[in-house]
Amino acid sequence: MTMVGDAISHAVLPGIAIAYWLSQSRASLWMFFGAAIVGVGATIIIEVLRKKLRVQSDASIGMTFTSLFALGVVLITYWSDSVDLDQECVLYGEIAYVPFNLWLIDGVSYGPIALWSSGILLLVVLLYIIIGYKGLKMTSFNEDYAAVLGIAAGLWNLSLMSMVSLATVVSFESVGAILVVALLVAPAATAYLFIQRLKPLLIASASIGLIGALGGYGLSKVLETSIAGSIATVLGALFLIALIIHSLLARKTSKYAMEA
Amino acid sequence: MDPIFLKVLIGTTLLASSAAVVGAFSYLKGQSLVGDAIAHALLPGVVLAFLLGDGRNPIFLIVGALISGLIAHYGIGYIQSRTKLKSDTAVSLVLSTFFGFGIMLMSLIQRSGQGQQAGLERYLLGKAAAITMDDVYVFSALAVLLMVGVGLFYKGFQLMTFNEDFASAIGLPVPLIRFTFTVLTVLAITIGIQTVGVVLMAALLITPSAAARAWTKSLPTMLLLAAVFAASSAITGTYISSAIPKMPTGPWVVLVLALFGFGSLIFAPEKGWLAKRRRALANQKKTVQENVLKLLYQQEERSEVSVVLSTENMLSIRAMQPEKLRNALRDLKRRLLVVEHGSGYALTELGRSEGRRVVRLHRLWELYLTERLGMAADHIHPGAETMEHVITPEIEELLVKELGNPELDPHQSPIPYEEA
Repeated sequence: MTMVGDAISHAVLPGIAIAYWLSQSRASLWMFFGAAIVGVGATIIIEVLRKKLRVQSDASIGMTFTSLFALGVVLITYWSDSVDLDQECVLYGEIAYVPFNLWLIDGVSYGPIALWSSGILLLVVLLYIIIGYKGLKMTSFNEDYAAVLGIAAGLWNLSLMSMVSLATVVSFESVGAILVVALLVAPAATAYLFIQRLKPLLIASASIGLIGALGGYGLSKVLETSIAGSIATVLGALFLIALIIHSLLARKTSKYAMEA
Repeated sequence: MDPIFLKVLIGTTLLASSAAVVGAFSYLKGQSLVGDAIAHALLPGVVLAFLLGDGRNPIFLIVGALISGLIAHYGIGYIQSRTKLKSDTAVSLVLSTFFGFGIMLMSLIQRSGQGQQAGLERYLLGKAAAITMDDVYVFSALAVLLMVGVGLFYKGFQLMTFNEDFASAIGLPVPLIRFTFTVLTVLAITIGIQTVGVVLMAALLITPSAAARAWTKSLPTMLLLAAVFAASSAITGTYISSAIPKMPTGPWVVLVLALFGFGSLIFAPEKGWLAKRRRALANQKKTVQENVLKLLYQQEERSEVSVVLSTENMLSIRAMQPEKLRNALRDLKRRLLVVEHGSGYALTELGRSEGRRVVRLHRLWELYLTERLGMAADHIHPGAETMEHVITPEIEELLVKELGNPELDPHQSPIPYEEA
């Protein structure tokens, strides 16, 4: 389902543009609502294409997000006098500007806005996982079985997609829509090479994500490069190392299996 | 005509139709998003080529992109075949980390303040408006190369797409075919993203095929249609973007393409949503009508005389939506299968024979399920309720023969044959 996340992170662009145009503000709340509506809409379109119109599942994802993204770019260009957004900002946000975008109330600074929104996001996600643990677990592993147990699989899928949209919108200003995907996928994929049980998997991927973020930040300081790009690079390198170890282990076990 | 406009028009049209042809094979393999991943994964190769060599030489950048794209393609394949990760995880992983690495390398260039990044920017956002005469030559060469490649390897691509095992079994060099296909795909993407940008490249590969597939089942027709859809979108999109000031070409091409895509999926005859919906409704109507005939026939069978039933009577015997029942009776009357008697309806001779047929199929199928498939007699009714509307005269004949002209069904009801 990871490509759906990637698709949604692009598809939300028209939602963000319309919300921005209507509210004339860059407040995250408005953009979130715009993005969430379009994000859920995109999920529904993808499902309809796949199930009702029998389009290949890859193609239904690809068709939907490119169409919406193109619409978003056209809208942004059309309103370019009043909407201060560009597609570069969606492609690769700049986390380095985060400290300058401060949350001011009556002239008193409460720190960078992005820090607050990310912090709240972290809490919301944690809460969501704790509350929804069972439903999510069942839905992720076996949708049919979940349905038999009376778990509303469709609802959980939709809520998971909404969470992905939320995470995307909150992060896209700092890291951009494509690198968000690296953050979403790479840690879990790396951990999954060695761990298949859900709880340890969650903990391991959170740790890998943290290592990637810190390592990437360190790298970007040393090389003076884009922070988001460096984080994705470190996450990619971690996965590559894990993949090599995984392949070596697999070769060893298959050798033993041959000898035995 | 404005020469700049003409250049953009020719360039985008060539590109869109070449990309559509390669995209069609990926579409049929169910791997459309691999193209999206490759489009993103080109970036590090392009930037490295820029860093190592002459940034202004487009051929150099294309070679860099090609290498990067090939590594990404084989990387995705390796992860898919050697680990338990799902295939779309492999795709998104390679896509995002390669792209991130590219962004990191690009920020290195920005820091070192080497100018002429325009060549790189094109790879991210696409600059259709900046198409030069040189580009048109490159695009034309690529289009010819792609057409020749697809022409030469047509059989191989076709077999690779539909049945790879069969292709190797008859001795085709599958790895070579796959490599050629990958190189052509990566080439099309490399050139394509310079026009529409990283994100929208996927549309050029996927949408024409999705649209074409709704119209045809034959591969050559599909390739041709996909190319035609892509070319018309390129032309229309270029016109629109030149008519409205400041408008980018790529997104408009993609929007027009989306119109073709969604339009085809909804309106195409046979495979389109509307056609399917119409067929489903017609089927539903037929089922209700046949159920009404069956109901009347069974009542006659029980009372052994011709019966007249009001709609209320019918509804008390069989649960149906009153609205649908009324429609069915109206159609049956028009088809002369029932006649109205006062406030009720009775079968005509024609209707009786049709009702008898439905009851016969129902009972034959029930008998087949118990006799030949060993199912319990109390489990077979629901299946027979469906099959009685589906079984064709040919299958009926086979059933009768297979069961040896049976007289009674599992519930000891007679199987009604047409009197000779």
